[in-house]
Amino acid sequence: MAAISRIRLFAVARKEVVQLRRDRRSLILAFLLPVFMLVMFGYAISWDVRDIKTVVVDQDRTVKSRDLVAAFAASGYFEIVDHLPAARDVLPLFDRGTVKLALVIPPGFSRDLGNGASPGAPVQALVDGTDANTATIVLGYTRATVQSWSQRVVLQGRTLTPPITAESRVWYNEELLSRNMIVPGLVATIMMIISALLTSLTIAREWERGTMEQLAATPVSRLEVVLGKLIPYIGIGSIDVAITCLLGVFMFHVPLRGDILLLAVLSFLFLVGAFALGIWISAVVKSQLLATQMAMLVSYLPAFLLSGFMFSIDAMPTPLRILSHLVPARYFLVVTRGIFLKGVGLDVLLWPALSMVLFAVVGLTLAVRAFRKELD
Amino acid sequence: MSAERVEPVNGAPAVAVRGLTRRFGNFTAVDHVTLEVRRGEVFGFLGPNGAGKTTTIRMLCGLLAPTEGEGSVAGFDIMRETEQIKRRIGYMSQQFSLYGDLTVDENIDLFATLNGVPRAERPERREWVLSLAGLRDHHTRMTRELPLGWKQRLALGTAVLHRPPVLFLDEPTSGVDPLSRRAFWELIYTLTAGGTTVFVSTHYMEEAEYCHRLALMNRGTLIALDTPAALRAGLQDPVFEIRTPDGPHAVQALAGAPFVRAAGLFGRAVHVTLAPDAGGEPAVTARLRDAGIPVERIARIEPTLEHVFIARVQSTGGAVED
Repeated sequence: MAAISRIRLFAVARKEVVQLRRDRRSLILAFLLPVFMLVMFGYAISWDVRDIKTVVVDQDRTVKSRDLVAAFAASGYFEIVDHLPAARDVLPLFDRGTVKLALVIPPGFSRDLGNGASPGAPVQALVDGTDANTATIVLGYTRATVQSWSQRVVLQGRTLTPPITAESRVWYNEELLSRNMIVPGLVATIMMIISALLTSLTIAREWERGTMEQLAATPVSRLEVVLGKLIPYIGIGSIDVAITCLLGVFMFHVPLRGDILLLAVLSFLFLVGAFALGIWISAVVKSQLLATQMAMLVSYLPAFLLSGFMFSIDAMPTPLRILSHLVPARYFLVVTRGIFLKGVGLDVLLWPALSMVLFAVVGLTLAVRAFRKELD
Repeated sequence: MSAERVEPVNGAPAVAVRGLTRRFGNFTAVDHVTLEVRRGEVFGFLGPNGAGKTTTIRMLCGLLAPTEGEGSVAGFDIMRETEQIKRRIGYMSQQFSLYGDLTVDENIDLFATLNGVPRAERPERREWVLSLAGLRDHHTRMTRELPLGWKQRLALGTAVLHRPPVLFLDEPTSGVDPLSRRAFWELIYTLTAGGTTVFVSTHYMEEAEYCHRLALMNRGTLIALDTPAALRAGLQDPVFEIRTPDGPHAVQALAGAPFVRAAGLFGRAVHVTLAPDAGGEPAVTARLRDAGIPVERIARIEPTLEHVFIARVQSTGGAVED
């Protein structure tokens, strides 16, 4: 490979900047799309289960049963929307999806409580299981609420030291807000998509417009063209990372506990790889439309589904788990979440960092190799 | 990288290729072309569409790898030293291929830099190109807004920014009016006066006359190579001009005859090129009489390049259908 001429490299980079400045479509893609995506997904995606719509079928109608219902209402997780006379009335509400949980208190609940019958007084919880994740969480909250209430009832008037008490404390995301996990993850997935999309056009556009023919007739080297095109995009990408991080901190109030400089350096590594991937696609397919579609395919879906952003990688079937190693956003995601929430340093992030270096090197090599200064 | 040779090897021809061939799958676009272009020459490259002109030029410019063959451009090997060649040639592609979203100045600057014009010389070269292309008053305009004739002059100027010893022009004047075409050729002569070798493809016959030597190409092969005068003189086939009130039918009647090489309308007259032993004028008159077409006048004329071109293309299987 020929040596790089700095003069030619910067000539290509400068030309790319001038063209970008005049290309409104690319500018919108570069600066508005990430903000739009962050705001949209940041507000839309939430795994927090709160205010679960609940109906109560209280067939006992005693002080105790009303006290249990009150405990549900006071927990903050349940919103009692209605009281129904019979359990069968719940079905149409479940069908329409307006209610997630029905709490059925059978007649004699209070009496069973009073005589200390084993295995205790039964309460029925009917849960809409269409969304298994939500259903599991609803069940968990229900159990917890019932348990703490029954403990209070059992202990009334007596003193009893339970053999074990679990003092749980949550670290890194103390309020268990899913937003705190989503926003740093979004920074990674959004950058993956934007990067691949933006650069997927660059070389294909030159082939389509015919300008590649004139460029190819000059002594400019392949590496100079690829790097020259990369430099302005790295600049744009860095601005995007900064904007999305600032929005995360100031708009979504996500804590940024780690080293900002480390975040910047690792972001840079990631951007090189992600943009090189786009350039590679562009050089291979030589058509803007096809390149855009390819870029969407290889960035969008894996970034959302296989990066660990939506679904935990540990819970994936083995083939997908292996496949996820090929998804660069996976590593950047660990970095953004780690630096934002845990405030960890390079000692912890060494592997993802090295993976991103590898990704950048492979991406650049592929891009330079795929780009030929030859017409056919 | 070893020490660079800046000038072509002394005495080497501008272009010298032997057996140059390019295949695309089963299709042979260029088939064993052998030619030599002397330094300082205006070398014309003639042929119908699909003859392989563009493919040949691209191979000479290092833009397309030859499948077979050997040779040199500006003294450098076309198979191995394409990057060296690119430093010493100017290339103007058939399709306008400067950046439409850059201004005239920006395009000139970009290609001056990429082609290695030293920074100190760039302003002077830029002025030179602007005046050459007549774009002094339009240098800040967006290139895509320029009329085609101006774009082509700019493309020519951009191609010679770095004073290349060899210049390749692929149908540089297609689509522009005759006046602009004439002006363009004056630019080409200005360049050759400075010692530049010009390799130019065209399908305008009057342009072919401007060239020192012409190569005729059809269906991927070289079918003739000589000076325009020698090519005209070399046409053995007699050419007749016929005046008739019904030109189109006369062409039809003649084109079907076995002794006719080519027949066509030239203005209001019909020109017919015969095989040398076809029987001449009487055979033509008889054929037209049989078809019921009156002949007002018939006379033998001197062949033009166009007759030579058509006769040669016809005798090598006609033009490739697009």
